[in-house]
Amino acid sequence: MSAKEYRTASAARGGLLTVSNVPNIAFGDRVRIRDQKGNTRNGQVILSSNEEVLIQVFEGTEDLDMENTWVRFLDEPVEITLSPEILGRVFNGLGEPRDFRPPIVSNLRRSISAAAFNPAARTYPKEFIQTGVSTIDGLNSLVRGQKLPIFSASGLPHNRLAAQIVRQAKLPDDDSRFSVVFAAMGVSYADARFFQEEFASSGVLGNVVMFVNMADDPPVERLTLPRMALTAAEYLAFDLDRHVLVVMTDMTHYAEALREVATAKGDVPARKGYPGYLYSDLAEIYERSGRIKDRHGSITLVPVLSMPSDDITHPIPDLTGYITEGQIVLSRELHNQGIYPPVHISPSLSRLMKDGIGKDFTREDHPHVSNQLYALYARALETRNLASIIGADELSARDRRYLEFADAFESRFVQQGEDEDRSIEETLNLAWDLLSTFPPQALTRVTETEMAKYHRQSGE
Amino acid sequence: MNTVTRKGIILEINGPIVTIQLPGVHNGEQVRIGSLGLYGEVIALEGDSAIVQIYESTEMVRPGEPVEGLGHPLSVELGPGLIGGIFDGVQRPLEEMFLKAGDQIPRGLSPAPLDREKLWHFVPTENLEPNMPIIGGARLGTVQETETVEHRILVPPDIEGELIELAPEGDYNLEETIGQVRDRHGHVHHLKLHHRWPVRKPRPYQSRDNGIEPLITGQRILDTFFPLLKGSKCAVPGPFGAGKTVVQHQVARWANADIVIYVGCGERGNELVDVLDSFPKLKDPYTGRPLMDRTLLIANTSNMPVVAREASIYVGITLAEYYRDQGYDVVMLADSTSRWAEALREVSGRLGQMPVEEGYPAYLASRLAAFYERAGRVETMDNGKGSVTLIGAVSPPGGDFSEPVTSHTKEIIQTFWALSKELADARHYPAIDWVDSFSADVGTAAEWWHENIDRGWEKRRGQALAMLARDAELSRIVNLVGPEALSSAQRWVLEGAALIKDGVLQQSALDPVDTFSSPEKQFLLLDLILSVYDEGAALIELGVPVQELSEMPVLARLRRCKELYNSSQIDQLREFREEALQDFKAIHSEYAQRGEQTA
Repeated sequence: MSAKEYRTASAARGGLLTVSNVPNIAFGDRVRIRDQKGNTRNGQVILSSNEEVLIQVFEGTEDLDMENTWVRFLDEPVEITLSPEILGRVFNGLGEPRDFRPPIVSNLRRSISAAAFNPAARTYPKEFIQTGVSTIDGLNSLVRGQKLPIFSASGLPHNRLAAQIVRQAKLPDDDSRFSVVFAAMGVSYADARFFQEEFASSGVLGNVVMFVNMADDPPVERLTLPRMALTAAEYLAFDLDRHVLVVMTDMTHYAEALREVATAKGDVPARKGYPGYLYSDLAEIYERSGRIKDRHGSITLVPVLSMPSDDITHPIPDLTGYITEGQIVLSRELHNQGIYPPVHISPSLSRLMKDGIGKDFTREDHPHVSNQLYALYARALETRNLASIIGADELSARDRRYLEFADAFESRFVQQGEDEDRSIEETLNLAWDLLSTFPPQALTRVTETEMAKYHRQSGE
Repeated sequence: MNTVTRKGIILEINGPIVTIQLPGVHNGEQVRIGSLGLYGEVIALEGDSAIVQIYESTEMVRPGEPVEGLGHPLSVELGPGLIGGIFDGVQRPLEEMFLKAGDQIPRGLSPAPLDREKLWHFVPTENLEPNMPIIGGARLGTVQETETVEHRILVPPDIEGELIELAPEGDYNLEETIGQVRDRHGHVHHLKLHHRWPVRKPRPYQSRDNGIEPLITGQRILDTFFPLLKGSKCAVPGPFGAGKTVVQHQVARWANADIVIYVGCGERGNELVDVLDSFPKLKDPYTGRPLMDRTLLIANTSNMPVVAREASIYVGITLAEYYRDQGYDVVMLADSTSRWAEALREVSGRLGQMPVEEGYPAYLASRLAAFYERAGRVETMDNGKGSVTLIGAVSPPGGDFSEPVTSHTKEIIQTFWALSKELADARHYPAIDWVDSFSADVGTAAEWWHENIDRGWEKRRGQALAMLARDAELSRIVNLVGPEALSSAQRWVLEGAALIKDGVLQQSALDPVDTFSSPEKQFLLLDLILSVYDEGAALIELGVPVQELSEMPVLARLRRCKELYNSSQIDQLREFREEALQDFKAIHSEYAQRGEQTA
């Protein structure tokens, strides 16, 4: 660490500070800044030349006075201190405790911008995770090592769903629970407290590491926070052999912070003012989930993001969907009908489902049942549209059956209690209850053997 | 090639863009910077200083650190040992890096792409003798690279002269000289089993040829409805979740190409692992050998440094051209070209270039066109035929096909496989939209189908598309006023279109039988469904209620035909056809009788 302090700050704009005539400063170096009141702020070098160094200041540059600003370059990247003691603790975006307990003491420090995993080092995620939520387990199954975001919008119960997943997630024949890394960016006090109480009441608090940045904390800190959280998750997963479930909320606040800094830097905007590198930046975060050859642990990532104005084509959900392995989409329409969890299955998808379900994993009929429910529900929604135009009375008997199916599907299959933990067996049986309202010849996606075994012929 | 290295220093670091001072450096030259020796490429010169894009993270690199010019542009190693491998965006061997350096990709490490120790059994070309004149691209001999692929050792395209020595048959490693050529300046070149070629320079050929036969992918909607010729270029645009990757994987699995090069450009790591895991277990339907024996992967996953992503596409196409020059039909899949365009955008943004559309630089269209132009069917320098078929995935933001990358690409390509969110949401896979997709090569493909499969192909294809168009029209009416407004004949059209969608267009990549459909099976299925439709239409003329036809059990079976009969059970499928049509004949005679009685 260099003890030398520079007083050559020449400009402060947004969250950025320019320091002149400081030679040989490393790109990405960590910076400590002392202001006129003697308070310290933290920063990181984002452009370096001998004439000028540009620093991103996590706490912002407000009130800085160029004459009385002292800058010290620490000659180290942004790092996090790691030890098994991090479990049960709460940190901010810089990895400092925010639970009024002493800092972690350990020799193990890691840079938060880890190098990319070699694709040749990965193994394909295949182990089915039972979340107890039918719309996820039955239709959009999550597997260990997957990244599956929840696309939500303001006012929808994404936090309750995320908490339910954290509470209930397990492998079907294994009682071991996940270690949880929880990263909150720009959340309200109410939301932060909700999660804290939720973890405490379900008794998992000692197994959770929380990284919290409130809505009124400095936005720049949101840029390092998910990287802190994932570095901690990698430590738990690949050093301590744990299966880690990482929940991040809300990625929209993260992207907005990125836009704020990018704009201050003068980066060329791409869509809606977001910088062109938003995709790569999000990918750096999301791609840190997965399974690694010969390692016992795994990182499963469930980011939560709110779609601005419910728009799924907005750059944040859009780019996220291109990186993650599927998405769970919540619907305002279902929510308004009082259905919890309001999962809209049509745009929801799990890309890794195909290899984690079926015989040897869940049940042999699972892939076909899921496919069949999707097809029927798509048809049923069309019928519902038609009924809203010409009236339900004008429908044929066949079409009316679809209409009834849509209602039953939403009220029995989608709808479930916040504490209702359905096994995959229960979910699939429930699916057959619904499928059995159709005669066998209407079900073309399930095989004849499966039909013989599970169809209840109640449609006859 | 100039091998003298020059030294300089770093002036400024701005993420992956670094300004250096290195007098005499060339534009496009490879450099290594800093104490870690990170690899980069000069992209602009300004007086004594040069702007370099770095393929690796520049964290903790500082001004004043040393820089070294390597004297050559970004190039790839071409030789036996490529097939079956997985390389990163600048052709570093990922398997070897994993063994050497562990789970994460370290910086500054660059093992040779090809194994230097391994011995290959070289068989020299007959009739080649010392003192003969020889041209670049001529075949010196062969080695068996995998059981499927015979690797043809070529004289590097930029060397021409007199062959003064050719090694006898035997085992050689990559570094041993297997031939010597004296060029017209008297300089003697020592040829080895491998050579290098700069990736941004297309490899030469004698002449371009027209495509003559379709690439068979075993996917019904592609082969039958929107055919792609060998040597042609194609784009697969689609919003996320529409199934771009599955379409690309299916083509990689089942295409009747000799070599498949799959470039994962800015995409998910797990998808490449899926290929690495499944391809060695899957069998090539044409040779019966593991698919990995003809496949080569380039992986720049989305979290790897963005500049290497820009390079990965060129690395892929250069490898493709190399196998083309050996006389092979090569398919290159690039997933996704949008991420490549975004890498261009990121670099241009950092250089402060003026953006035109959505932040993309003005040269986006010309770069895209130049890249796609490297596809083609050619007469090689060696008087053989080879082709590179290029299939580029496009990931339009928000699924909007009017965005710059999709719209510029659309102007260049021959075949367009448009994926639709609506179809994917209804789990209609492959979610290729038959309205938005097109193929400019139907005429040429038809010649092939007519000669090899059935003379009725083009007619049947046209009928099916017409019925689907009619279906879309009628569905709009139904959505406004309900199905009662339609006549029986019109309702039978809806039923016929539904049969085509379920029985032909939808194809499951996961079903072991349905995943691949031979051209013969494709045509039989389509012809059968259209025949059933025609029979039904005739019955409706006779007054048979459409309800009765729709409920015929044979229709449910017709929908399942695709998964009940595999591509070698053509005879059984023909038998079923007879049975199915018989059912209609039975109704026909029943009604005809009734008609006579009432008459």
